[in-house]
Amino acid sequence: MYAVRIHGRGGQGVVTAAELLSVAAFGEGRHAQAFPTFGSERTGAPVAAFCRIGDRPIRAREPVTEPDAVLVQDATLLHQVAVFAGLREHGCVLINSTRDAGALGLAGLSARLVTVPATDLAQRHLGRPLPNAALLGGFCALSGQVAIASLCAAIRARFSGRVAEGNAAAATAAYEKVRDGLLEAADA
Amino acid sequence: MREQIEGSRAVAHTVARCRPEVICAYPISPQTHIVEELSRLVKTGELAPCEFVNVESEYAAMSVGIGASATGARTYTATASQGLLYMTEALYNASGLGLPIVMTVANRAIGAPINIWNDHGDSMSQRDSGWIQLYAEDNQEAVDLHVQAFRLAEELSLPVMVCMDGFVLTHAVEPIDVPEAGPVDAFLPPYEPRQVLDPDEPVSIGAMVGPEVFTEVRYLAHARQMRALELIPEVAAEFSAAFGRTAGGLVRPYRCEDAETIVVALGSVLGTIKDVVDELRDAGTRIGVLGVTSFRPFPLEEVRAALGHAARVVVLERALAVGIGGIVAANVRMALSGIHLHGYTVIAGLGGRAITKASLHRLFADAIADELEPLTFLDLDRALVERELHRGRTERRPGPSAENMMRDLGPTATGIG
Amino acid sequence: MPTQPIKFYQTGSFAVGNRLLGPDQRSVQADMQRTNSLNSGHRACQGCGEALGARYALDAAMRATGNQMIAVNATGCLEVFSTPYPETSWQVPWLHSLFGNAPAVASGVAAALKVKGRTDVRVVGQGGDGGTVDIGFACLSGMFERNDDVLFICYDNEAYMNTGVQRSGATPPAARTMTSQAVGDEPGNVFGQGKNVPLIAMAHEIPYVATATVAELRDLEAKVRRAMEFRGARYLHVFVPCPLGWGSAPHDTIKVARLAKESGLFPVFEAEHGEVTAVSPIRRPVPVEEYLRLQARYAHLFADPPRTETIARIQAIADRNIRKFGLVEPS
Repeated sequence: MYAVRIHGRGGQGVVTAAELLSVAAFGEGRHAQAFPTFGSERTGAPVAAFCRIGDRPIRAREPVTEPDAVLVQDATLLHQVAVFAGLREHGCVLINSTRDAGALGLAGLSARLVTVPATDLAQRHLGRPLPNAALLGGFCALSGQVAIASLCAAIRARFSGRVAEGNAAAATAAYEKVRDGLLEAADA
Repeated sequence: MREQIEGSRAVAHTVARCRPEVICAYPISPQTHIVEELSRLVKTGELAPCEFVNVESEYAAMSVGIGASATGARTYTATASQGLLYMTEALYNASGLGLPIVMTVANRAIGAPINIWNDHGDSMSQRDSGWIQLYAEDNQEAVDLHVQAFRLAEELSLPVMVCMDGFVLTHAVEPIDVPEAGPVDAFLPPYEPRQVLDPDEPVSIGAMVGPEVFTEVRYLAHARQMRALELIPEVAAEFSAAFGRTAGGLVRPYRCEDAETIVVALGSVLGTIKDVVDELRDAGTRIGVLGVTSFRPFPLEEVRAALGHAARVVVLERALAVGIGGIVAANVRMALSGIHLHGYTVIAGLGGRAITKASLHRLFADAIADELEPLTFLDLDRALVERELHRGRTERRPGPSAENMMRDLGPTATGIG
Repeated sequence: MPTQPIKFYQTGSFAVGNRLLGPDQRSVQADMQRTNSLNSGHRACQGCGEALGARYALDAAMRATGNQMIAVNATGCLEVFSTPYPETSWQVPWLHSLFGNAPAVASGVAAALKVKGRTDVRVVGQGGDGGTVDIGFACLSGMFERNDDVLFICYDNEAYMNTGVQRSGATPPAARTMTSQAVGDEPGNVFGQGKNVPLIAMAHEIPYVATATVAELRDLEAKVRRAMEFRGARYLHVFVPCPLGWGSAPHDTIKVARLAKESGLFPVFEAEHGEVTAVSPIRRPVPVEEYLRLQARYAHLFADPPRTETIARIQAIADRNIRKFGLVEPS
């Protein structure tokens, strides 16, 4: 069973991200569960959401304390919230940032870490700085847990019209970016 | 249709398929998504004929429900926590009048201190209100229990509370088979009230009853819930035949047959417990878990039958009877009257504190070694409590406990769990 | 041929008019075919203003709705004296739920009737001042705000009577109750802000608001009839003396009600969508003292020495009402 934890701030679509991921996995015939940490509605407050993906029905209801993957939608959380708490060895990390791991002070992290300029991609393809879909696209490439086509299908089911297409485009762009980056690193 | 959907939305769609005629709702976290979705369905005409009444308080919500149900309309509402308490008087009124209202309680703690997260304090506080109380283990069961609830309510002329863990279930997205309209219609005949306000046949409903017959009236209320003990499994069996899956019933034992240690619990924590039970079983421990689905009426016989052979019973509950200990535990103890075994009460998950597999492993290990206190608060921060108790003993004006301890805990950015 | 209009006056407790009118112009109560919604045999006190008002109001409502009516009752005197188990005085479909929720329950009944397509059946909610002005206030306001199709009638006897005469939000200044006793420096109820629910109802701009007393029962019937011509939230506030709680003579109930109107203390008017449309004029204004003296709940004002200042303050309230509502016809 694969566990993902997504960090961000209220208003950045963290909860939706977890939901989209679970719908994408469901679309591939797998079992998935998504839920947020909860609080009163408040824009800007740190928020976390969880998604579990597996091949058997998921019964556990506890928060994800040992994630296989951590997605950070807002890099300002890095020094405010213990976003990497419990991260499994050889787990993967995606951070929404234009800078690289070293610039973020995370060079020493023993995980497969990738930064994705998700906000920029969202701005370009969606016209709004909502980085969740793009970061998920990058996750598809980095983890291989869910196909980008499944993610885009989930996006199109959730949204409609230009919002759907914009999000799908951002996700795909991020997917390709990360995929290409990994290939480059592999060749190097 | 099986879909990956949020629990609240699935419940809303299912309730809509049950064809309620009057929905009255007042918003409170974490029930909001249910009533928002229902209001959307009514507004678009997808759910029709239905009157959606936006009331000014939970007290009004149950009161509008009483008026509507007494006039022969299938009636639904939803609430949680403080809202449930605010309608307490009306809860007793609805059950006393025998009105088959169905209500979702999105289980949430009761303040002070104000807390919007999940525990069973709210519905447990109303366990004597005369309502039938059913607890859902997961979102599929939450959905299925609503269909069964309307059926039970209308056959018994008793209101039914479907309890589902707030946030943990209401806001979780998981695969749920939302029943289709056809099978629900087949399962739920139109509401035929036992008594109804009708100008063609005037009746007076709600008379004052004095000492001469009040006891008999209350006896009948109890008798009706005893009848429910028979009807609940019947309806669950019929549901299973119609929809092809298990849901509802009185209790649900899991790996209890040869268990030495049996855990008893209600609601969504059962999922986590089952994972732990499986892991312990793999390691050779004879442990099982009994889920209680119907808390009112309390299935004394079924609980006794499931637990009677065990060496120890650990009741894990998300509620607390301040001044004495466990609520579920007390009910379980009554079921085990005369049977000697080690009984442990564990108060867990209050106010939304996560119940983790790791904690459960430690807890069950202690239980099996019989090294548990009779009453345990799971994951209690003793140091924090001691500090506050010390403050209370030594300072003349120690200030509010909750705020003091929050300050001691330090700045809490989003804690995980 | 010269004609001269002749005004008929009501004097004392004798109603003049029915005998001299055509049958169709008589009160509903004069009709042998009246529904007797609140039938005889109830346990109300001798001279109960609420029983009188409810009888007239509900039979008028039944007449106006073709006998298609459901009544919802708050806890209180009316509910208690009319349904001593196992008997009931009600010959209409009747529901009693709780003290504070009658307007909400009535809204629920209306919602159910609407969804079932029974819009021919109308809903009357009713209760005393306690259940309307105080504990039922939030539900009442909610019903107004949603414009639910309910006529709510408040029978105002200015205190919690059924529980033993305690002060309510409707208790007038200086009145003696068990929780505003006639002792101390300011005996009786204090001079507070009051809570004018008819005006508050008007502030909600609901279709119809009216006040009435049991001194003018034809007027009460007419207002119920008028109210039933509207759909949506309607409110009727009826002044009903309580001989027991007020310490007035049972045979003075109608007289006391008339004096409340004629002194200006209880303005009688109608309003639609927040604006006054008609006022029942005071023919001969009477000093408030004439009204107060008939009730033992004000007896402390007439002790030795009399509390002339307090009486003057009450008079000022009456004068203000007269001015505000234009209650006295210019001669």
